[in-house]
This record gives sequence, C-alpha cells and structure tokens, in this order.
Amino acid sequence: MDPVKRVEGRAIPFGQKNVDTDVIISAKWLKTVSREGLGAGAFESIREQEGNIFDDPEYAGASILIAGDNFGCGSSREHAAWALDDMGIKAVIAPSFSDIFAGNAFKNGLLAIALPQDAINRLMEVAKTDPVTIDMESMSVTSPFQDRFPFEMDAFRHQCLIEGLDEIDLTMAKADAIKRHEITSDSAQPWLKPAAA
Amino acid sequence: MNQPKTLYEKIWDAHVVDQRDDGTALIYIDRHLVHEVTSPQAFEALRMAGRKVRRPDLTLAVPDHNLPTTARLDAEGNKIPIADPQSAAQLEALEANAPAFGIKYIGASDINQGIVHVIGPEQGFTLPGTTMVCGDSHTAAHGALGALAFGIGTSEVEHVLATQTLQLTRSKSMEIRVEGLLGPGISPKDLILHIIGVIGTAGGTGHVIEYRGEVFEQMSIEGRLTVSNMSIEAGARAGLIAPDDKTYAYLKGRPMAPKGADWDAAVAYWKTLPTDAGATFDKSVTINAADVAPTVTWGTSPEDVVPVNGTVPAPESFADPSKQDAARKSLDYMGLEAGQALRDVMVENIFIGSCTNSRIEDLRAAAAILDGRKKADNVKWAIVVPGSGLVKAQAEAEGLDRIFTDAGFEWREPGCSACLGMNPDKVPAGERCASTSNRNFVGRQGPGARTHLMSPAMAAAAAVTGRLTDVRELTR
Repeated sequence: MDPVKRVEGRAIPFGQKNVDTDVIISAKWLKTVSREGLGAGAFESIREQEGNIFDDPEYAGASILIAGDNFGCGSSREHAAWALDDMGIKAVIAPSFSDIFAGNAFKNGLLAIALPQDAINRLMEVAKTDPVTIDMESMSVTSPFQDRFPFEMDAFRHQCLIEGLDEIDLTMAKADAIKRHEITSDSAQPWLKPAAA
Repeated sequence: MNQPKTLYEKIWDAHVVDQRDDGTALIYIDRHLVHEVTSPQAFEALRMAGRKVRRPDLTLAVPDHNLPTTARLDAEGNKIPIADPQSAAQLEALEANAPAFGIKYIGASDINQGIVHVIGPEQGFTLPGTTMVCGDSHTAAHGALGALAFGIGTSEVEHVLATQTLQLTRSKSMEIRVEGLLGPGISPKDLILHIIGVIGTAGGTGHVIEYRGEVFEQMSIEGRLTVSNMSIEAGARAGLIAPDDKTYAYLKGRPMAPKGADWDAAVAYWKTLPTDAGATFDKSVTINAADVAPTVTWGTSPEDVVPVNGTVPAPESFADPSKQDAARKSLDYMGLEAGQALRDVMVENIFIGSCTNSRIEDLRAAAAILDGRKKADNVKWAIVVPGSGLVKAQAEAEGLDRIFTDAGFEWREPGCSACLGMNPDKVPAGERCASTSNRNFVGRQGPGARTHLMSPAMAAAAAVTGRLTDVRELTR
C-alpha cells in the first residue's frame, strides 16, 4: 500500500445520510473477478437522475466526498471502496461510518474521516466553491478560510496509512504467536477442528 | 471470583493472539465461510504474493449469490451452463480456487449446497464460542448459536486466508432485552424488524448486540438465526444469543460437529459461555414484546417499519430534517403517499427465501397459510427458494413443495435469489415485492424494484390477497 499523508482537492458536498453500499455500487457490478473499473458503476441509481451532483462539472476531478451519518451501511462488499477509488475519491468525510465500510476503506488507503455534524455542515459550504485539505500527520481537515477541524483515528490504522504498511506482512511477523494459540487450542479444545464430514 | 464477563467478552478473550498497547488485538478466527462474490480478488492476491491458505481445514466454500435458482442438471444429469458469462466465470473461479488452495468445496449440484448462512449451522460448521467470518455482512446470523460471527471485506478475507487471524478493535457491548413473549401470529422476523425500527440502522454501530430475555430462550434456532441475521441492519457487526440446550440439540449429530468424547467436552465448555450475573453492557435497550405487531417496511431503509395495520408516515412526522428529506425520497421511490393504509398496498411479486428466512420452519409457516389457497390474480410472480438442498429435500418430504406449487408459486433451487438483484431473479422496475429478505434499499431487488420486508407467513398472506395483509386474518 502507498503511504497516504495528505489529500487535497475539491470535495463533492453530497451530504446524504445512511448511504448504503448497494447505492455506492449495485450487485450487478459485483460479478467481476477484478478490483478495477468499478467507478463506471458508482452511484449508478443517483447518476441516472438529471442534474445529479456526481456529474456536475463543478466537481469534476474531485478527490473527496462529504456525506451524512452512517456512510457505507449494509452489505460488506469491498467493491464500494474500490468503486470510490476508481472514480478518483481518495477520502470520505462524514459524521460516522459503518464498521465494515471503514475497515474496507482503510485496507485500500481510502481515508474515512469522521467529523462532528457542524464541521460537516461548514465543509459542505466550503466545498461548493473551494478545495478542502486532509492532513494525516497533523490529523486535521482545513479549508482556505482558516477552518481547522481535528479528527481522531485508531492509532494502528493511522500508522499503517502514513507509513504505507502491508497488514498481512505485519501479521505474518506474529506467526509464532499464532502458532502458540493453535497448539494451545488443539490440546485444550480438540473439538474445535471440524469433524470430517 | 473473577470479574463477571459478557458472552462477547468471553469469546473475545479466548481468541486474543496478540494484544497491542493501542487497544487493537490480533484475533484468531476458528471458522471461515467463503462464497464466489467476495473471494476471487482475495485468492488472486494470495497467488500474486505466493501465499498459501494457513488453515484450509477451518475454511468452507460454497457458491450461493450468483447461482441461478433454476434447474442445475438436465435429465441426463449433465450441468446446465449458466447463461451470464460473468456469473459463470465467477462461479468457475471459486470452483477452481477451492481445490487449488486445499479448501473443502460444496458444489452447485451437491445436496448440501445452499446459502452460506444456512449451511454453516446445518453442517455443524458453526459452533458456540467460536469466532467466525465470511465476506458477507449477514454472517451476523451465526451469532444465533453463540458464535462471534461477523462480515468482512475482501482484503480481510485475504488476511484470514493467509493468517487465520484478523487485526480488530474490541467492540462495545449492547444488550437488547426483550420483556415478555410474542403474541399469536407474531414471528421472530416481526420482532427484529420492530427492534431495528426502535434503535435505527446506526443504533448498533460499533457494538456487538446480545439478545436477552425469555422470548429468545423459547425461540427455535431457526427463529434465533432470523433475529441475529439482521443485527447488521441495526448497524451491529455481530449479534449473539447465549447457547443453551436447544443449541446443543440442534447441533448434535450434524456432519461437521464434534462427536463422542469431543462432543461432551465441547458442551461442557459451551455451558461456561453465557453472560455472568453482574456483567455489564456499554448500552442497554429494553423492548416490550407486547408492542410487536405483524410488521412491514414502507421505505428504503430497514428502519422504516410500521405495523401492517398502520399507515405510511408523513415525512414531517420525523424530528430530524435529514430524515424528513430521506422519507420524502423514499416515498417517491416506493410510489406511496403519506397517510395511506399499508393494507391497501397491492403487490405483484412474492419472494420467500434469503439467509434471513429460507429455513424449514420459515417454509412451514408460509405453507400453513397457503395450504388449500391460491395466489391472487394480480400477483404475477411468486417464488419459494429453500436455503439449502437439505431444506429443500426436507420440505419435499413434508409435501410443502406441493402446497406452494398448487398455490401458484415456483419451487426453486437453493441460493440467494431475489434478495440482492445479482442473479437472474429480480423484481421489475416500478413493481412491488412482498419479500422475506433483509434489505429494502433502493434497487436492492433490481433497478427500480420496490421492496416491502416481512415474515414468511406475512409474505404468504400477501400472495393470497394480492396486497399487504395482517396474517392473523388468514390464520386458521
């Protein structure tokens, strides 16, 4: 994974609450065996509507999406994170995220930044005309108008993102501890091994 | 005496491989279910990195999401090709990846095939006190047997395949205590829809829910699976119900469950799992069972629930302005008006199936309503999709298939079917479906499809009258 230290650019002031992953990318796009090309299907049911915000030339090339509470709820499909990435989105800012979506975003270096609703309201205004900056080192979101909103992030995820660490490599380094757990449970709970059907 | 612990804390503590100072932990995963949609990119990444599956023996693969539910073999027993080339390629990828990585695979025409969340418990792969994952958010279902089970994304699927662990932050604990028992004609599906209506789709975010109260003790394992399945619709990654004698009776003798002395040792351990007296939860919600009516959804979020004898709410009735806006959009999408009686809403499609409601008890409940009756003329399409080959065989042995087909339903092969608008089973744009599935999102059952979630008996009642109906009017 490439390190992510800073995301700067125009933000789409979408603002909707409870955006489910079926809306981000519908099931017909999930038949692929690749992670690529899903941007074409992102927010399809919304993009069918005339005058929708995703096709507004004002936000062409935007790298940030601003949304409402509970972003990414519903299905666990990581295709939602891949689709956002493929449409050029590098960060989503919202008051809250579903647990599974936040995890999927993290694994793909897509920032899921949680900020209070009043900060979101302000950034929605800024986004209409100006860019927004997310700085991972100072852990803050800023605007050209001196707005500065600090955010929190799980320390482990923060470190992985700014250093571009591969999580499987990190876990592989704990192979001895994993083996110890397996040896202990094999002797204490031999029934844990599925019976041969 | 040790500090009292919740069921969740006991399972979590027993699976910590490595604890980090920042609060995250490396957690061992005892069971991994794999299906065709969320696994191909994970297997490909393993291949690219030259990695193996650490514990193929703890992994079980089965196709379900993409599989058509029409006949799979012709009269000569040959495989019928799948028309959609992309679906066919994805199914072939799983069929090739499973043996290539040494994973047990249940094929499309095997009688044991079915929806991942139906076959896990059915095969005895799901066990109390285990950690279980699958690249599907409805993995929460398995919490019905006291397993800590949750959905993961494809990168996490890859991580579990490679390491048999996940890096996790401990969730908060939430108790949903239900006081009293459900009234006649009220099902576990009505209860969980009501609960989601009370706490909202983000009510359980960051939490693992434990469902507590006599209603769950009296509930069958099938009913518990329906409840825990929809925990994710309340934002909780996992649900839990304490294992008890019903759980043990359900699991005993299942093909992959422990046998002999192993069985006795397992039961002795499982009996230590229920939440200790005096253990505390981070959040607690009390629900009155007497408040639960036969329930349907009116909007495009699972929290948009109303008793079937109620009316469509006015957007202005919600306090939150963004909810008002969402309600307006939902009503527009659903083609409904504020104040309209739900019982006047006509339906053209009926879907009985999905990982929420496709088990034998669900089919029995629907068949009890349909026995000797026919679907209404305005119902154009009605299908029953058993959750597994074994459920299908059991239903046929009981003659349920005849009741369904005599009533005008199609009797299908097991799979996810019309729950998600992926395989050929879809609801046409602008039409309504009385559906026993779990999500009424925009476009979920097909572009423009209008979903009303409900119980199997309620879906059967809607088929008979051609409109949303209180099943108690048809109960004999």
